[in-house]
Amino acid sequence: MREYILLFIGAVVVNNFVLTRFLGLCIFFGVSKNLNASIGMGMAVTSVITLSSMLSWVVYNFILVPLHLTFLTTIVFVLLIASFVQLLEMVIRKYAPALYKMWGIYLLLIATNCVVLGVPLLNAETNFSFLKSVVHAVGSGVGFALAIVLMASLRDKLRFADVPKPLDGLGIAFIVAGMLALAFMGFSGLIKI
Amino acid sequence: MLNLWKIFTRGIFSENPIFVLALSLCPALAVTTTAANALTMGLSVTFVISTNNVIVALSRKYVNHKVRVPIYITSIATVVIVLELLLKAYFPELYMELGIYLQLIVVFAIILARAEVFASKNSVVPSFFDGLGMGCGFTLAMLIVGIIRELIGSGSLFGHFVFGNSYQPALIMILPPGAFILIGYLVGASKMINEYVVKHYKGRGEVK
Repeated sequence: MREYILLFIGAVVVNNFVLTRFLGLCIFFGVSKNLNASIGMGMAVTSVITLSSMLSWVVYNFILVPLHLTFLTTIVFVLLIASFVQLLEMVIRKYAPALYKMWGIYLLLIATNCVVLGVPLLNAETNFSFLKSVVHAVGSGVGFALAIVLMASLRDKLRFADVPKPLDGLGIAFIVAGMLALAFMGFSGLIKI
Repeated sequence: MLNLWKIFTRGIFSENPIFVLALSLCPALAVTTTAANALTMGLSVTFVISTNNVIVALSRKYVNHKVRVPIYITSIATVVIVLELLLKAYFPELYMELGIYLQLIVVFAIILARAEVFASKNSVVPSFFDGLGMGCGFTLAMLIVGIIRELIGSGSLFGHFVFGNSYQPALIMILPPGAFILIGYLVGASKMINEYVVKHYKGRGEVK
């Protein structure tokens, strides 16, 4: 049990996917202009990462490994996740229109995204068990959501700041993300692996 | 010939993927801890983008418009796997260093964007040069970031120490926060340079 809790906390704060592994930056900078959108995006990313990690774990361990096709991992995962996300989008639109209204539009944006592909690839690389893959995936998603919501709140405040003209926009967003990453580095001693 | 040269240089300056288009930033931060890693990543992306552009340009008449994106993704993933196996066989150390980021080339926005915007509408030779130009622009930007980070963060350049023994490396530049802050300033700097160029050369008709 302790192992799983450590894995979860590690994925949320210590190895935060955005701030220490630089995955999902396109969404991170694109969506964090708006706080509500960031919350929706965080939820969408968390659920997609979790579901696609489960799916890719099954495919990897029951199809690719027994057939010695692990060199095809990249192509299989990309196609699997992209088509799965499309399918999920259709199902949600049909059966849960309220949910679709809330974060359906974000689903298509993340169909081929590095964070959604990165987590299953890392799971396959480290040979996690099924339960560990799920815990790692949920942790990574929560970490992503935490980072993007923090960033959106910071950018909200930044709107009233007097930023030098060339740095306005993307430049200052990067520098703020740097400060955030610096703060998150304080967690690095939290868990010894 | 002049036209091909124009296509080639566009990717390096006016449409530089990293500084101007702000595409594919993840690798620019993750693997630029040393100049050598940055260079390897840059060359890998150049290989993938130009090969993929050629494949897309060759098959552009046979691909149904509706299913083009999955087909592009499949072809990109194939090229990436070829690259992965090549690096694994001949440069195992570099392969280990790049790790997961090599596989993640598949989802770089810039590669899909070039296939969609340029290669699907042009013939093979211009598409190849477009890919080459974009790749070189990407490599150049990666190299600039890599050199600055390695120089400040560990006081060396391509593994050779340049500042002598008394230099205290600023570790932050190697760590993630340094990467974010540096890219922030570089984006600002490139914006300033672009504005300067537009202001001073616009009147003379040299820049559109």
